Amino acid sequence: MNSAQNVNPAHLETDVLVIGAGGAGMYAALEAARAGASVILADRSLIGRGGATVMAQMTVAAALGEQSPDHWEYHLADTLAAGRGLCDERLAALLCEDGPRRLREMDDWKVGWAREDGHIKQAQAPGHDRPRCAYVDFLSTGPAVSRTLRTRLKSASDVRLIGDLVIVDIAIQDGEACGAVALHLPTGRAVTLAAKAVIIATGGLTGLYRRNSASANMAGDGYALALRAGAELIDMEFVQFFPIGHLAPRLIGMDPIMWDPFRYKLGGRLLNSERREFETAYASQDSRSDGRYVLTRDLATYAITKEVEAGRGSPAGGAYLSFRHVPEAEIRRAFGPVVDRLLANGIDLARQDVEVAPIAHYTMGGVRVDETLQTRTPGLYAGGEVVGGANGANRLSGNAITEALVFGARAGRNAAERAKAQSLSWSAEAVRPVLDLLRSATRRDAPNPAAAIAGLQTVMADKVGPFRTEAKLRSALSSILQLSQEIGNVPLSTGAPFDTMMTDWLDLRNMLLVARSVTEAALARGESRGAHQREDQPRLSEDWCVNQTISLSQGDISLRRIAPANGRPVA
Amino acid sequence: MNTTLRIRRGNAGETPRFEEFDVTFEPGQSVLDGLRMVRRLIDPTLAYRYSCINANACKECMMLIDGTVDYACTVRLKQGVMTLAPLPKKALIRDLVTEIAPPDERL
Repeated sequence: MNSAQNVNPAHLETDVLVIGAGGAGMYAALEAARAGASVILADRSLIGRGGATVMAQMTVAAALGEQSPDHWEYHLADTLAAGRGLCDERLAALLCEDGPRRLREMDDWKVGWAREDGHIKQAQAPGHDRPRCAYVDFLSTGPAVSRTLRTRLKSASDVRLIGDLVIVDIAIQDGEACGAVALHLPTGRAVTLAAKAVIIATGGLTGLYRRNSASANMAGDGYALALRAGAELIDMEFVQFFPIGHLAPRLIGMDPIMWDPFRYKLGGRLLNSERREFETAYASQDSRSDGRYVLTRDLATYAITKEVEAGRGSPAGGAYLSFRHVPEAEIRRAFGPVVDRLLANGIDLARQDVEVAPIAHYTMGGVRVDETLQTRTPGLYAGGEVVGGANGANRLSGNAITEALVFGARAGRNAAERAKAQSLSWSAEAVRPVLDLLRSATRRDAPNPAAAIAGLQTVMADKVGPFRTEAKLRSALSSILQLSQEIGNVPLSTGAPFDTMMTDWLDLRNMLLVARSVTEAALARGESRGAHQREDQPRLSEDWCVNQTISLSQGDISLRRIAPANGRPVA
Repeated sequence: MNTTLRIRRGNAGETPRFEEFDVTFEPGQSVLDGLRMVRRLIDPTLAYRYSCINANACKECMMLIDGTVDYACTVRLKQGVMTLAPLPKKALIRDLVTEIAPPDERL
């Protein structure tokens, strides 16, 4: 028997419930509190430690105009171009227009943006028409952002932080979100949370893939929560692979996507097994490329994958990244503390190459929201990477943290406004099915849910990666359905606190639903665009300048096509 | 030669027990890699905390490794026996999981 079975659930009440304490969730909580709402900020991990923000070592894009004159509309033009016709322009505009406000607020809160000659330093990144990307040295952008928001939260009034709390489902009363049901990890106890508005800020789904740059808690649970709460998803076929994720030698204690800033600053060379730079051969295929290191992420991913397929990959199955042409002193000047951490890993950049390969990095698709960040389920909002639409078919480098801050803040403020006009509409009936699900958990020896998760990650990596075919996608779908049958409808339980079997089972329940959404959407989109590349449909098709939305009814998902931005149904 | 992880296990209030798990030794792997292998291949009930996997950003996988407090994601696996235990000065939840959240961030 696990403890959820024989103890009454704990019950908490709040105006706004925020799920996920990464950059978006923390900003949402701060902004909701600033608007006068009481807030519970819940995370399945510790507050401000999980999610993607804390791991981001890179840059934050906003038209600050500090490095050179800029306007948010130029940033918007670049964002829309990268999105290849599929951006929700309302959301993209929000991201670009609000970005400078949020970065300046973070600056006031002493995040520590790198400065030069008295102004915030902005770097040029691929896809941007000018230097637009702020950062914190040395590769500390994400940790600095997380720390700053966490510090603000500590002094915010009426924000309750609760870690170790896994949200199992959103509670729905008369079609509107009225709270959630959670599992408290340290005790195994069920917890019900009544709220006037709920914000999902759980990040992306890259944890569905074997090689990913995400935290362990980034396996897409927010998408599943939204679907089961009656909300729609959009653009789920678009998963961004980061082209030069670290592959070999084994590097520990560091973010696998750390090599990009090295390339910006030092001009690292990407080489195949013949020690030939191969990017230029692919650069001509992209009209936005000037042939230097400006390949967008999808094209760089393509280039590396094709070199490997042609038998010109590095021993571990990627490409070489070399800094051996850069003077040692220059490497040290640019990345001193990081160079020491690399040496501790046995990597001496002045003398040896590393191997890199594409790695699942970011999810363009996500929960469909209107310009107030509300889903079609009243009272249910989303903020951060879990939001779909702003980035269309591919995201510009630097837009992820910006969107976390902007959408988090907007969702927080709008949710607080709703809460002011609303009374709690809690009912025990709304949570009974979920509590019953938790109570039904049984101790049994098989299957091993951790192994099943690894199995699913392999299927997704091999069959639903950056390059897809109908045959591979169909095979993935059948594996996903098979796994769903194997795990069944009854949760597994360890029968003890910090119930690993139960959380793995609950994760799998979410992951399988989300994996199916990605795969079905990829199967339906019979063209190649941005991060979705179909080897059997290699061309971009004008007929496919549409978004696909996904909804769930009676346990089955259905797809629909809509025109970008305005949401009018087509066909 | 493989790695044997000798892990102190049990719930709060129980007499702790040590269990041994053999995992394949691969140079460069972290102790956390080893723990994840155990969960996947041998015992899915083994409890330990981690979030960021190997970026040393979340600081959640702190435990006692061969008698020294360290992060499972940054200490490398070595051949032979490695002994893992929960943090000694924190309240035990189960196996290698202790209560490490600040008091005002708990339920």
